[in-house]
Amino acid sequence: MKSFGTGLLMLLIVAVFLMVWIAMPWQGVVVLAAVLGLWMALTRRGRQTWQVTRVGLSTVTQRLGSSSVVVVGIAGVVGVLVAMLAMSEGFAETLRATGNDRTAIVLRGGSQAELNSVLDRDSANVVIQAPGVKKGADGKPVASSELVVVANLPRKGEPDSDANVPIRGVSGDVWALRDQVKIVEGRRFTPGLRELIVGKGAKAQFAGLDVGKSLRLAGQTWTVVGTFESHDALESELWGDTQSVASAYRRGSSVASVTVLLDSPAAFDTFKASLAADPRLKVDVSTTHDYFSKQSEGLTKVLRIVGITVGIIMAIGAVFGALNTMFAAIQARAREIATLRAIGFRGVPVVVSVMLETMLLALLGGAIGAGLVWVVFNGYSASTLGANFSQVVFRFHVSGDLLWTGIKWALAIGFIGGLFPAVRAARLPVTTALREL
Amino acid sequence: MKYLHLIWAALFRRKSRTFLTLVSILAAFLLFGMLDATRAAFSSGGSVVGVDRLITTSRYSIIQSLPSSLATRMQAVPGVKTVGHANWFGGIYQDPKNFVLSFAVSDNYLDIYHEIQLSPEQRKAFETTRTGAIVGEALAKRFGWKVGDKVPLQSTIFPQRNGDKTWPFDIVGIYTPAKGAANGTDQQFFFHYKYFQEANAYRSLGDTVGWYAIQLTSADKADSVAKAIDALSANSDHETKTQTEQAFNASFAKQLGDIGLIVSAIMGAVFFTLILLTGNTMAQAVRERTNELAVLKTIGFSSRSVLGMVLAEGVLLLVLGGVLGLAIAAVLVPIVAKGSGGMLNLPPIGAQTWLLGIALMVAIGALVGALPAIRAMRLNIVDALAGR
Repeated sequence: MKSFGTGLLMLLIVAVFLMVWIAMPWQGVVVLAAVLGLWMALTRRGRQTWQVTRVGLSTVTQRLGSSSVVVVGIAGVVGVLVAMLAMSEGFAETLRATGNDRTAIVLRGGSQAELNSVLDRDSANVVIQAPGVKKGADGKPVASSELVVVANLPRKGEPDSDANVPIRGVSGDVWALRDQVKIVEGRRFTPGLRELIVGKGAKAQFAGLDVGKSLRLAGQTWTVVGTFESHDALESELWGDTQSVASAYRRGSSVASVTVLLDSPAAFDTFKASLAADPRLKVDVSTTHDYFSKQSEGLTKVLRIVGITVGIIMAIGAVFGALNTMFAAIQARAREIATLRAIGFRGVPVVVSVMLETMLLALLGGAIGAGLVWVVFNGYSASTLGANFSQVVFRFHVSGDLLWTGIKWALAIGFIGGLFPAVRAARLPVTTALREL
Repeated sequence: MKYLHLIWAALFRRKSRTFLTLVSILAAFLLFGMLDATRAAFSSGGSVVGVDRLITTSRYSIIQSLPSSLATRMQAVPGVKTVGHANWFGGIYQDPKNFVLSFAVSDNYLDIYHEIQLSPEQRKAFETTRTGAIVGEALAKRFGWKVGDKVPLQSTIFPQRNGDKTWPFDIVGIYTPAKGAANGTDQQFFFHYKYFQEANAYRSLGDTVGWYAIQLTSADKADSVAKAIDALSANSDHETKTQTEQAFNASFAKQLGDIGLIVSAIMGAVFFTLILLTGNTMAQAVRERTNELAVLKTIGFSSRSVLGMVLAEGVLLLVLGGVLGLAIAAVLVPIVAKGSGGMLNLPPIGAQTWLLGIALMVAIGALVGALPAIRAMRLNIVDALAGR
């Protein structure tokens, strides 16, 4: 009955700890560490703890094999978790960066993505002339009527593969509208000609997109004349003139979307209201920030859920590995701990020192796992199928926050893995332990 | 086999340690089962009933449609049995979150995709109802549809001719995919191409189709027929690309991302840790038993049987934990698939996963047992008994 009660109590401690730990910001952890440090430096009990911990740590080298189980196990958990979250973050960030609050995008009602949307030329003109759209130096509204189509191109190094690559026809003042786009090689395309500029991301992922090369789209030959960078999802695209793209894909004078520069972010409401009130139009209006952020929602969520689920299952495995190691360590040091108890050391220093040792090993593991992922994956470029049924190239982003999440997980695993052995060590009957060989 | 009780006793000599190790192994193989199901879900080329089918799409882009006049010319290619076609509809039900995998299909589509099994009455009803639609069992369950229901679907792409974005359909049949059908077949929605074509606002689409599905007279003619079909439209403005259904699905799945690579990377990390962990446990277990092993040898067990026993102990440890883990995964996977509301079509854990899993268990077991086993085999009785 008594042992059942203790078991229950320990589970409760673990549950409460996990809840507090998950909610705790990094400042809280720093304060905790500082308090622990002060306690070990200033109080008698604390100094005893420090001594016991030192003895424990000095024997780690003799238990290298089993200690490395803790370190490697936790490094694995943290590595997989941080890598998955970095993928999710990177994708979300790439799409978030594509939009802003100063520009708005207009699609046919209910179409959700540019690929599905069709606006005829009259509607597009009505949109461009709507109030709230900023006028350029020449007095004309700054806007771009755009068309997104998809072409099959092979991936680099896989000549037989097909990837859906987005081609965006842009027009008008797209350079003023999307001022993040910079030509880094070659020149801009000439309107009216079958010329393309390619995003850096697309160039890196798909074959045959170097400046000067030509490629066949919809049965016609197009020339690549430049490379651009924009540090967002647009980099996955190939850009040409709207008219040329529309005629190649037989779209007549219709376009897919109109993107406009607003007078100010506040002018969005006026703009939206005036389009909604216009009986000639049935359109969806959103800021480009909202439009692109929404596209990342689904995949980001899935990646997060998968990452955390895999992380939890691996963490369970790692906790039991740590328990095993630490129980064995206690076993090996049973006599020594019993001797300490016999000469007057109390339970607390023993408990704290065992937990401290486990958590230090865990911290090392977490740092190795998170560090490896940072070195290997930060900035790693990958691509997936986006909202336009075509490839979105994005980069993994291992942010400071993610590294911290990894370390937090590592310490939590260390805490649970150390708690049970620590309590067992403190409750070891002194006489039996001393008698044991 | 006659040593089984000895091995068993050795394994559970220290119950708590063995238990802790077993849980770690269990977690690893639970993960293996779930990730393998995920990988299978995304590599949906697994349809064994579709080996005699080809898919013809536009060579330039998945979004370009093909002229319907191609059908008769394709039908004339030797080796072609039936030519059907389909269009992507992009339907959503009530809310944009409820995406429905919906297709407008030719009348002979159900003959080509014979794994879509309908009762004769329902088939008849489908053929005679202009706005009729048939839906997969899982999809019907997801939205609570029954035969006889009127269901409005919105298309993200095609408005109706009267400007309405909502298309009314009559559910006339609910099908159960035959065994061996591709994963996710029971989540689809089919309706008549004629209805789609007549009511569509985009008149220009009138004489085009999204893609062709071709049934061959025999599967081994796939290559030559594909070449012959592509030759029909070579150098025209609608060049085609014809590939087997499997290749088409595989290339599509690949566009989502290399799920297989991600899964392998995670499992690599997991199994590396597992080998270290169980290897450590085994080494400890054998070190502790040095005395007992020496006694065994003294009373006449050969070095080789001691080697075998320690190896078997490692394998037994892994198989116990691994089979439990995979069994839990087998229970969990259908629950997860159901809980995701049709978002994640995890197939149940199949024989292939079990075989691979068990092979992994045995291999890892033998690997972690090897070093301690060799140590045990080389054990010098006198030194061991003297505690040297």
